[in-house]
Amino acid sequence: MHDGDAEPVGALFTRRRVLAFVLALVVLAGLGVAYTVHAIEREDKKKYGGNGTAPGPVPLSLQGPPRLLFRSTESGPGYGHVAAVDAAAPGGARQVADRTCDRLYAAAGRALCLIVDRGVISRNYALVLDDQLREVRRVELAGTPNRARLSASGRMASWTVFVYGDSYAATSFSTRTSVLDTRSGELVQSLEDFAVTKDGADVRTPDRNFWGVTFTADDNTFYATMSTGGPPHTYLVRGDLKARTMTVLRENVECPSLSPDGTRLVFKKKVSNDGRNPWRLYVLDLASGTETALAETRGVDDQAVWLDDHTVAYGLPTGAGAGSDVWSVPADGSGAATRLVAGAFSPAPLR
Amino acid sequence: MYLSSSRSQDTATGVRRDRARAAGGVVTANVVALGLVSLVTDISSEMVTAVMPVYLVAGLGLSILQFGFLDGLYQGVTVFLRLAGGHIADRFAARKKVAAVGYGVSAVSKLGFPLIGASVPGIGTLLAVDRAGKGLRTAPRDALISLSSTPESQGKAFGVHRALDTVGAFTGPFIAFLILSAVATAYDAVFVVSFCVGAVGLLMLLLFVRDRPSPASERKAASTRAGLRLLRDAPFRRLCGCALLLGAATVSDAFVFLVLQRRLDLAGHWFPLLPLGTAGVYLLLALPMGLVADRVGRRTVFLLGHVALGGVYALLAGPVGGLALLAGVFVLHGTFYAMTDGVLMAAAGAGLPAPLRTSGLAVLQTGQAAGKFVSSVAFGWAWTRWGPERAVMWSGAALAVAFAVSAAVMGGARARARWGR
Repeated sequence: MHDGDAEPVGALFTRRRVLAFVLALVVLAGLGVAYTVHAIEREDKKKYGGNGTAPGPVPLSLQGPPRLLFRSTESGPGYGHVAAVDAAAPGGARQVADRTCDRLYAAAGRALCLIVDRGVISRNYALVLDDQLREVRRVELAGTPNRARLSASGRMASWTVFVYGDSYAATSFSTRTSVLDTRSGELVQSLEDFAVTKDGADVRTPDRNFWGVTFTADDNTFYATMSTGGPPHTYLVRGDLKARTMTVLRENVECPSLSPDGTRLVFKKKVSNDGRNPWRLYVLDLASGTETALAETRGVDDQAVWLDDHTVAYGLPTGAGAGSDVWSVPADGSGAATRLVAGAFSPAPLR
Repeated sequence: MYLSSSRSQDTATGVRRDRARAAGGVVTANVVALGLVSLVTDISSEMVTAVMPVYLVAGLGLSILQFGFLDGLYQGVTVFLRLAGGHIADRFAARKKVAAVGYGVSAVSKLGFPLIGASVPGIGTLLAVDRAGKGLRTAPRDALISLSSTPESQGKAFGVHRALDTVGAFTGPFIAFLILSAVATAYDAVFVVSFCVGAVGLLMLLLFVRDRPSPASERKAASTRAGLRLLRDAPFRRLCGCALLLGAATVSDAFVFLVLQRRLDLAGHWFPLLPLGTAGVYLLLALPMGLVADRVGRRTVFLLGHVALGGVYALLAGPVGGLALLAGVFVLHGTFYAMTDGVLMAAAGAGLPAPLRTSGLAVLQTGQAAGKFVSSVAFGWAWTRWGPERAVMWSGAALAVAFAVSAAVMGGARARARWGR
């Protein structure tokens, strides 16, 4: 081999070089395959390898004593399944259903379940479930499930998904939030179709994104997050489904969740530009407009739920694994965060 | 004159036989090897591109909004490295080495993702490193393609290369989604496999691609000043100007597919497949268009390719919908790429002196990239302001102006050349 020599044209395809390449190809292919197999085994072990509760023979019913419903992330055969624990003893044994969900919410004997149907091309669905977790309605989603919520009466359902702008410019993201009236069957595909006013003026920027809906008791009024502008700002909006309008109330409020008595919102507030955990949980008193920081000091990226008028609950990842825990904290800023259920995500109280 | 001197030097060096074969209608082994390197590297990078959105949101749980600020970082880094890489490659006659560094940097950056985890600045840096590698390698690679072909067969050589390149763009996402459907949430597997594939590409370059040996006199000729002096050469300067102008009227792929998705109201899961439609047509037409360009004139074909782009705009803003719209956009968008992407490099390649070919191509690519950057900022602004349909119409108007100016500038140049200059 004479690298850089003037004469040997095409001589680089020598037997020795081809052989060296084939050898390297075999090594690299082996490395890629071995790592992929290892990764599959590792993930499987992480999710299903533990001795967590398996789906039981008794069907899980949403009717019955007060419980906490959630998505089980306990390592074992019940990973990813819908599960419930006694509200009075959340640390106790869980009942696991056959149904799997990636996001979950329940109210008044009805559940909303967002699922990812994984395949070469993944498809996503929102399922409305009855009190026996049987599917009564299915809506295909435009992206990856993020938030799910029902009104207290169980009639109004809302979900937020992530939509990936395109596959070439990987940094373009948006959200899409839909609202379904489970009684009439009417579906609002995207809140972006609603008119928005801020300080009396129309907000028409097409870069508006909405997420994290919470409904009031009248099944028509709702609160949600709107984001717009570059760099984006987030706003709390109050909306009217019949009128198809929204009004901006204040800034820096994400994923609001209305208390059962309808007087306060728990939400995540951006408090730093740290990429890992920029948010803290706050409670907003709607009448006075005062914000109270809650005792949870870790960053929370979840739409919290109210267990009662004094306590909120939310999911937090456990660390490196696929697992997460459900924690609770008093809603008045006092006390401290406590772990409610280990190996759980997407909590919803069954009152 | 640059042109004549470079040609006489070329025949004096050892690429003589390569060139003779190319002139006889055979694309040199070097060009095919470079095409295969690009094919494999594209599989590697398309894999990452395909999983990145899912990885960021589902795997790391990052807020979508934290990602806005990552974008700005890329542009500056890439531009600087492209120019610097081009100059170094010429100065030390090290086109292959500079390209290898670029391919290597990109390959290694893939391993960083599983290591860095959920750090927004970390991910931003890795994406920037990956693009820096791409910026570094593009000009020396295209210079190698150009130098491995006769002046008469530049279009054909770039056509072969771009066709192979596009095969990679096709296969990458499919491999990524296949792996993901097998491993579900183990995104690190995609990154590791992407690294392995990138390493294969780098090895192919190191083992099979041969740089053009340059005498010491040529290297000395490749000074910074000589590089700058390239722009004094009127035809080259005009080509750069037209590339910039037309680039500024070229709506980026991302926006084309977004508008298309809105017009067709496509379900989200079909969206990642849209670029493959354009790529498919590009793949089929890259070589034929290269051959046509060699015959009727590369600048003419490059210019006329923008008529196809105008057709894309007309479809996007027009009344036609459904399958006709989808197929029409794919065909015209793919044709546009086939007539402009490799053809522009082919148009410049033969006219640039061999010792300065990398620098020259780097300058040309930088001009085009700058134009496209202006375009995407302007289009995003127009979209926000007036909505997608009117943004497309304005782009169409801008394209018509850019086309007219370019036709006058390049046509005038050719006319003068023909009148015996």
